[in-house]
Amino acid sequence: MTTNEGKLTKKDFTSDREVRWCPGCGDYAILATVQTLLADVGARPEKTVFVSGIGCSSRFPYYMDTYGIHSIHGRAPAVATGLAIARPDLDVWVITGDGDGLSIGGNHLMHALRRNVNLNILLFNNEIYGLTKGQYSPTSPLGSMHKSTPMGSLDRPVNPVALALGAEATFVARSIDTDRQHLTGVLEAAYRHRGTSFVEIYQNCNVFNDGAFIALKDPKQKDDNQIRLVEGEPITFGPEGERAVIAEDDGSMSFVDTADAGERIVVHDPHRREPTTAFALSRLSHNPTGPTPIGIFRDVDQPVYDDLLRTQVEDARAAKGPGDLGALLASGNVWDVH
Amino acid sequence: MSGSTAARSRVTLSNAVVRFAGDSGDGMQLAGDQFTSQSAIAGNDLATLPDFPAEIRAPAGTLAGVSSFQLHFSDQDIHTPGDAPDVLVAMNPAALMKHFGALKPGGTLIVNVDAFSDRNLQKAGYESNPLEDDSLTDYQVHEVRITDLTLRALEGHVERGELNKKEAERCKNMLALGLVSWMFHRPIAETEEWLTTKFAKVPEVADANITALRAGRNYGETTEAFTYTYEVKPAKLAPGRYRNITGNQALAYGLVAAAERAGLELFYGSYPITPASDILHELAKLKHYGVATFQAEDEIAAIGSVIGAAFGGSLAVTASSGPGIALKTEAMGLAMVMELPLIVVNVQRGGPSTGLPTKTEQSDLLQVLHGRNGEAPIPTVAASSPSDCFHAAIEAARIALTYRTPVVLLSDGYLANSAEPWLLPDVADLPDLSTSFAFTTEPNGPDGGFLPYLRDERTLARPWALPGTAGLEHRIGGLEKEDGSGHISYEPENHHAMTELRHERMQRIADQLPALEVDDPSGEAEVLLLGWGSTEGPIRAACHQLRERGTPVARVHLHHLNPLPNEVDELLRSYDTVICPENNMGQLSMLLRARTLVDVRPYTRVTGQPFSAAELVDAVDAAITEGAR
Ligand code: SF4
Repeated sequence: MTTNEGKLTKKDFTSDREVRWCPGCGDYAILATVQTLLADVGARPEKTVFVSGIGCSSRFPYYMDTYGIHSIHGRAPAVATGLAIARPDLDVWVITGDGDGLSIGGNHLMHALRRNVNLNILLFNNEIYGLTKGQYSPTSPLGSMHKSTPMGSLDRPVNPVALALGAEATFVARSIDTDRQHLTGVLEAAYRHRGTSFVEIYQNCNVFNDGAFIALKDPKQKDDNQIRLVEGEPITFGPEGERAVIAEDDGSMSFVDTADAGERIVVHDPHRREPTTAFALSRLSHNPTGPTPIGIFRDVDQPVYDDLLRTQVEDARAAKGPGDLGALLASGNVWDVH
Repeated sequence: MSGSTAARSRVTLSNAVVRFAGDSGDGMQLAGDQFTSQSAIAGNDLATLPDFPAEIRAPAGTLAGVSSFQLHFSDQDIHTPGDAPDVLVAMNPAALMKHFGALKPGGTLIVNVDAFSDRNLQKAGYESNPLEDDSLTDYQVHEVRITDLTLRALEGHVERGELNKKEAERCKNMLALGLVSWMFHRPIAETEEWLTTKFAKVPEVADANITALRAGRNYGETTEAFTYTYEVKPAKLAPGRYRNITGNQALAYGLVAAAERAGLELFYGSYPITPASDILHELAKLKHYGVATFQAEDEIAAIGSVIGAAFGGSLAVTASSGPGIALKTEAMGLAMVMELPLIVVNVQRGGPSTGLPTKTEQSDLLQVLHGRNGEAPIPTVAASSPSDCFHAAIEAARIALTYRTPVVLLSDGYLANSAEPWLLPDVADLPDLSTSFAFTTEPNGPDGGFLPYLRDERTLARPWALPGTAGLEHRIGGLEKEDGSGHISYEPENHHAMTELRHERMQRIADQLPALEVDDPSGEAEVLLLGWGSTEGPIRAACHQLRERGTPVARVHLHHLNPLPNEVDELLRSYDTVICPENNMGQLSMLLRARTLVDVRPYTRVTGQPFSAAELVDAVDAAITEGAR
């Protein structure tokens, strides 16, 4: 609870509820990063709302000393959309997971993204169903062996960033739970973007799917596998930047030695209006077991749904004057009985 | 038609029922709407029954493609669109086939003979032409060349290239309307004005329609085929200003009125579905009243958005029909347990599953009352007539705001599309909903904290604290919570206590409901007719007929289905026989029996049409005969 107007700290965004994720869960790191970030960017707890669905990640709102709704499975984007339309003065965040946001709630996610409602959507991707104790999820790699797939999963996983770009989301990014600095940078940009911001966060579920993101986190491998997207920079990776991303003639992208890249090296520009290049980037990896781009894929300004909706209300008022209830009831053919 | 013959073949009637029937493309709804306006302006009381196919363009000339519009108008106070038509206008054989059976014995039949080709007869399923055999001998049949007359009237328009032949033919509904208007001495000036406005951008089309309309009237006047014309004098309606209104329109206006009287913005989130979509269309036009309409991607998103808007402090409303309500079920439970004020409108249609999208039914009562997981009571209000949809919307808002709960508002396909004259209320007399709630702005806890589930003692409502209010930050959700603090709680006794509290809140609503109005003028009735929703019209009409004939009968109509009014137990026990007519298989009867242990007799029909008064009279007669045995 906060009533003072001065500079806030992480504590001002921390509720008195005991955090109940499993010890070691990646969610802790994300929670701490978000709490600190909100204090640092000068957000106000009373103006901030976290809306979640169902799943481990969706307990998040209970730990934030802001307003919050722990809604039902998959529907958080819909609840948040109504709130954002009704209340333009609020910062509305959606916390969802790979099961909540991409499986049962895939429809709402797609429509929130294409509408460009003023929301920040954080999708904690742990490639597993945690709360229901370990079934494969829509982002689990093909052939994943879990409780419900003892002989391996048969369905191709969805690539959350590619899906968001396909829906033409205006801000699309990816980060990693424990990389505090990178995550903070991405989340701050998401916070500042007006319209829907979509951030996929690789989140380790140490109980049911430990090590899913080891390729990007292990100090020995991460330099080989993290492709850090930096605006205005040629896209290279590897300990010495010795590998590069190049554009192929068919519009796809691939890796070569930087020394051989020449003119074909891709220079990162998240502000391109066409999402095509960002989409090609997103296709470089399907599950983060090899070189995988992280950072901001797309960041463009486009009209925001809730702003447009309110403008229509204002335009209607300007054109017709504020509504008069008596006149409304008596609209159409009326007649008097004496 | 009942009445007396006046001089020069003008017959004065107390009331009449006219039905226009034709192909979906024949413009019957439009002709019916205009005839309704003319009758309203003539001062009649009236009730309408539009009936159209679920298919947007069913094959022309087939039974499936027949669309009809019935109007009952009277010099008395009436409550139903009428049982059997006195006049049937059949624009083609399929319309005749489908509607002929309903026509009153000896009734008047106007047929468009031009449409009675072999092919159309065959499509309608006629083996021989009914106009040529003796199947219509007991009726006043007028064979009119409606298509041909229309084309001839518009010959000049076609020659001048203002419209082609097909477009000219489309004006035949206006020719039929002109003829019927003449038959009933209806002035057509208003219709002409309406056509001029409607086709303002294409004046040649307006002119063609007006020409056809006048041609119809002139045909009536000049031909000698019509020996009688009819007149229905103005009804003695209560003084005041009137307009015609359909249920969906009234419901939309009621929501706007409720928001204004509560001092809230209206948020309406919904997904298109028959027969509820017109509410969305109506509200989308009213943005200057501060109405935000959101067409969601599906039914679940629609109610999701409404939950978000309610949390943000709007008067938040979603509407659907049975199939959509099924999808909203889980979210309704969430709204209920989060104790947020919002309204879920169910414009019921024929079920189950996709059922009969354009027909009426009352079979979602148990769905909205009990169709949720867990113990999840939700207050439920039902509208009883098209104009009552306005007041029912305000009542739903009152309960939602006062008790911080979702409320279901039941309408149905019949109320949604039917029209009746509505004595306009004075805006100042509408309930002041701003007194039913106040946003919480100060901490309410012992140590300056905020307890989101600390309840009002009288209503048991929890605080409504809006995001943006510093110091009242709180989290709510679908998990069971501790009363007061709202913290998640899995304590066994707490869950039981919270469940009881949520039921107790329903009892508080019941304790504060207005008294039931029992209509038992003689005080001698032994039979009580108890109804809810759109059956009010037919039940009233049936009671009127029974009393006219000397059979005492009492009537009561429930506007609140959950909670039921406290008096129902005593009321039901005070009559020998209680009959409950419903357009379902006895859902309310079952609830009443369970609650009161009174042997309520269901009278049930699910034809997709409202009850006729006659069948309800028969049901009462049967009950009385049985009781006497
Ligand atoms: S099950 Fe996995 S995701 Fe859920 S809290 Fe435990 S570690 Fe975290």
